[in-house]
Amino acid sequence: MRKYILSRMIQLVPILLGITFLTFGMMQFTADDAVDKIYEGSVSEEIKSAKRAELGLDKNFMIQYGNWLGGVITGDMGRSFISGKLVFETFAEKLPATIELMLVSILLTILIATPAGILAAVKQNKFPDYLIRALSFIGNSMPNFFVGLLLIYFLALKLNLLPIIGASVIMPALTLTISMGAKYTRQIRAVVLEELKKPYVMGARSRGVSEFTILTKSVLPSILVPVITLLALSIGSLLGGTAIVETIFMWDGVGKMAVDAILMRDYPLIQAYVVWMAIIYVVINLAADLLYRFLDPRIRYGENG
Amino acid sequence: MLKPLIPDHLSLITVPALALILVAIFAQYLTPFDPYAQDLTRALTPPDSVNLLGTDRYGRDILSRVIIGSQTTILSALALLAVISIVGSLIGAVCGFKGGRVDTILMRTSDVFLAFPQMVFAIAAAGALGGGLFNAALALALIGWTKYARISRSLTLTIRKMPYIDAAKLAGTGSAGILINHVLPNIAGPILVTAALDIGTIIMELAGLSFLGLGAMPPTAEWGAMMNNGRSMLQTAPWVILSPGFAIFLTVAIFNLLGDKLRDVIDVRGNRN
Repeated sequence: MRKYILSRMIQLVPILLGITFLTFGMMQFTADDAVDKIYEGSVSEEIKSAKRAELGLDKNFMIQYGNWLGGVITGDMGRSFISGKLVFETFAEKLPATIELMLVSILLTILIATPAGILAAVKQNKFPDYLIRALSFIGNSMPNFFVGLLLIYFLALKLNLLPIIGASVIMPALTLTISMGAKYTRQIRAVVLEELKKPYVMGARSRGVSEFTILTKSVLPSILVPVITLLALSIGSLLGGTAIVETIFMWDGVGKMAVDAILMRDYPLIQAYVVWMAIIYVVINLAADLLYRFLDPRIRYGENG
Repeated sequence: MLKPLIPDHLSLITVPALALILVAIFAQYLTPFDPYAQDLTRALTPPDSVNLLGTDRYGRDILSRVIIGSQTTILSALALLAVISIVGSLIGAVCGFKGGRVDTILMRTSDVFLAFPQMVFAIAAAGALGGGLFNAALALALIGWTKYARISRSLTLTIRKMPYIDAAKLAGTGSAGILINHVLPNIAGPILVTAALDIGTIIMELAGLSFLGLGAMPPTAEWGAMMNNGRSMLQTAPWVILSPGFAIFLTVAIFNLLGDKLRDVIDVRGNRN
């Protein structure tokens, strides 16, 4: 196991280099006109080239990349083109809001999808199953910006139930939960159906063990590994989803920061956002992989090391 | 080759899917009004007998814009999907078939792209490329191809070991001939299913980029962009947002059903063999 962790860590190095190189290259490719954008063409070329020199845009590409990469590691990622504030500080300041939003969405998702998925499986091909499947199909077919706007329209404007903007995490989290919950419910239903077909369940039933005990003691633990897999898979779309949802609800996290930065062509901020989101994504995936190896001995002993 | 893929019970869901594609293709002949004609005297009219879905803030007919928007949204998503699935599968097949250095380089490249959350990368790339529908599609394509490359590579690795490939080699067929005649026809099915299941996601992502102002630019009628325009008027003129929103939802739902069905059908075929 330890050897496996180590080898996975080493595999991360080229991936991280690739991520940083690609992010930097992509932004630098167009960063030159950021200077034009700042001055809107109203000043002479000399001032512009002085600004380029100040931002380090006049140096050789690989040197710029090297400097920037050093900055990623040390937390010094330059200053925002627009606000002049330190990029890393701005990012670190807004990250907790995004993490809060993500954690609440994940929690809501698990709280809703687990009972819904189990209920659908237990009542297979009966009314609750059809209803849950229909709802999860609908949730799966709606883009999150539409879900967000519908929630605002019905819950906040029509029913006056929830505050819309900024204040509460509930609405943006609920928006993210709806499409994520749909996927989880489907998956949990499938896993539970599979589990209920196994011989030990029939054995337990014939011994008179109550249906409730079978579900809580045997079936519930079996969904742990698939849920962790799903979590790792959905972190990617969740990270992307926060950008849209934060923008709609004016939630002051890194997603909204990035969208604003893109519209303002504030490249250092975008670079920091993309690179850190990718790093978070890669690390969470690695953690999930290690975790379910740890939880499921079949995976652990299936491989060498 | 496609005949066994389309048995009778599939036709039920292919009807609305085909209908949508036909609407998208012939959109300009189906709009009751000119989707770009402004009439400020009728700005923000709620749905009535003239403008069945109401008008937007420039008095443009929303029904006409939703219809013409299907062209932008659906056809660009399908075109994007066609490009990434074909290019991705070819790359994957070549990697799997040739192996060696080409394989290593291309697969490590795809690892790097896969390390980005898809939408995070697309938002940044679309922004860096400067917006516009084409750039938004390009941004999605940059990551999108990797999935197809992976699937087709792993399928090719299995096919490569089949006796009929050895037979073809002994018969003197060149690499290109084997790839075209024996490998590609065998990976077409699973790739088709993957692509069909992907249509809905791609439509939502493209519309999402437009919604953020990073895709289709005004005045282009595109569902995501239309919703972005109506965002500030959610309270006073909800129809501006609801119509394109439901259009996206219905389209994605229909294509998701199609994808699910296609997967079941191809799985059944796989089990029988």
